[in-house]
Amino acid sequence: MTMTSPTTNATLTTENLAVTYTGNREVEAVKGVSLEFAANRLTAIIGPSGCGKSTLLKSLNRLHEIQPNVEIGGDVRLNGESVYDADEPVPEIRRRIGYVPQEPTPLPLSIYENVAYGLRIHGDYESKADLDERVERYLRKVNLWGEVEDRLDAPGAELSTGQIQRLCLARSLAVEPEVLLCDEVTSALDPVSAETVEETLADLKEEYTIVMVTHSMDQARRLADDVVFLYLGEVVEANDVETFFENPQHERTRAFVDGSAIPTTGAVDGEANGDGDGNERATTTDTEPGEPVVAER
Amino acid sequence: MVLDRYARQRLFGWLARGAAALVVAVMVLVVAVTIYRGGRVFITDPAIAVTPPGSRYMLEAEGGFFHAVLGSVFIVGPATVVSAILAVSTAIYLQSDYSSERFSETVNMFLNVLWGTPPIVYGVFVLTVIIAVGAQTSLFFGIVAIAIFQYPIMTRYTDEALRAAPDTVREATYGLGATRFETALITVRAALPGIVAGIVMGFARGIGDAATVLFTAGRSTNMPAGPFEPATTLPVLIFDQAMSFNAEVRSHAYAASFVLIVAVLGLILASKLLAGRYARFAPGGRHS
Repeated sequence: MTMTSPTTNATLTTENLAVTYTGNREVEAVKGVSLEFAANRLTAIIGPSGCGKSTLLKSLNRLHEIQPNVEIGGDVRLNGESVYDADEPVPEIRRRIGYVPQEPTPLPLSIYENVAYGLRIHGDYESKADLDERVERYLRKVNLWGEVEDRLDAPGAELSTGQIQRLCLARSLAVEPEVLLCDEVTSALDPVSAETVEETLADLKEEYTIVMVTHSMDQARRLADDVVFLYLGEVVEANDVETFFENPQHERTRAFVDGSAIPTTGAVDGEANGDGDGNERATTTDTEPGEPVVAER
Repeated sequence: MVLDRYARQRLFGWLARGAAALVVAVMVLVVAVTIYRGGRVFITDPAIAVTPPGSRYMLEAEGGFFHAVLGSVFIVGPATVVSAILAVSTAIYLQSDYSSERFSETVNMFLNVLWGTPPIVYGVFVLTVIIAVGAQTSLFFGIVAIAIFQYPIMTRYTDEALRAAPDTVREATYGLGATRFETALITVRAALPGIVAGIVMGFARGIGDAATVLFTAGRSTNMPAGPFEPATTLPVLIFDQAMSFNAEVRSHAYAASFVLIVAVLGLILASKLLAGRYARFAPGGRHS
């Protein structure tokens, strides 16, 4: 595998993407989503808890496949090439479409080896000096180098959660992905750490195509170029950030942005969602996402 | 009698403390008696554990019990290595994404049954094999029996350790483009403190077990001569010594117990140190 430099202009599109959990009870978490994540822009996916945000994100690089009982429909295309019908092995796809988990998760390795890990498994470095240089480059990129340069051999787990989350970003960037998927990367952090991670993301969006799940509307407003509003597994509205917040095209978006109850009639064929005003402005203290609790009974 | 909430709390406190004290007291007593009586033997005859037995050792306490010390090392050492490799591989298979959850649960149920199986059953099982193949009891079959005995213990420990490793680690490595195998390796790394503890526990159980080797290793009273020659281990020796008519041989049982207890304690301490070093790297390690 030859090494790829950070490719700019990577566009990710979904075509009728559907994800169904086929466990004890069948749940269609994502229902026929067609979207375009534009190159070198940060797209925020927002929506109430359990609307399928995380599921959609993980299906973009086939990460949901690591859990059993998931069925997929439609396709995802990276620069026009199919992700689900690809010739290359799945790990190669995940390397091109990187993923940063919600929980700050250090690998059980040193700070240095955390960043070097991806490079080592892909064999993407010429020499030890080259590896050193790259580890430093990506730690600088996430504004962490100054804080860790004198203790690179210390366990990654000994950093603070905010530092660990930036370490995770550096680790993901080191394999030089074309697209970066971020799953609520600030929701487990204290406000100060969250701000440093946000600043890092703001810098990164110049160079990468970033898709970020968040349930903080303020964060979407601050960081995003484009916003996708997902509700009950369907896209209600996808627009650039100004239009989305200042001039929403759909009644539901307006309700969500205003923090009032989302109307249950209209584009989405969801009956009374039950939790009427339970969908106020989502805060970072909201419930655990991930599990599909899409309106089902 | 109706007790108020605080009286009940105090009562439970005393009961719990009493139970803990009882267990500790029994443990201290066992260790203290072994060290005291075994120590006395060592003071009069310090080389007893490294002196080969005389031809009339069991009758007249001639020489020492080096044969059993060596037998224990040569039987339990290789058995632990073989069993650990098999156990860690099995647990990785069960916990990784190679096997389905239902299959893992079924296998774990069988492993729990095996764990609870009395070791004498393994001894008899291996003995039937020995008879079936027309071999004789030997060091080799002692290794086989001990390895079978250790396997479920180590596998369950490793499985639990891997299960406790956070799922997010797997997600993170897969997200970097790791293969299933690479992800399994990282998970093992994250679970290493627990895995080391499991292997040491298997070793400790193996070195202390008499029933498995009783029928399989040959209960030899001579120095082990080769892998297919009879041998014995410390627990079997202690059993034989304790039944001796000779009071001096019986006192040697304490000396042999002393060696056994010191070996197990030393091993557990070493594993704690080793596990502590790896625990620093485990996610959330700084809290533990």
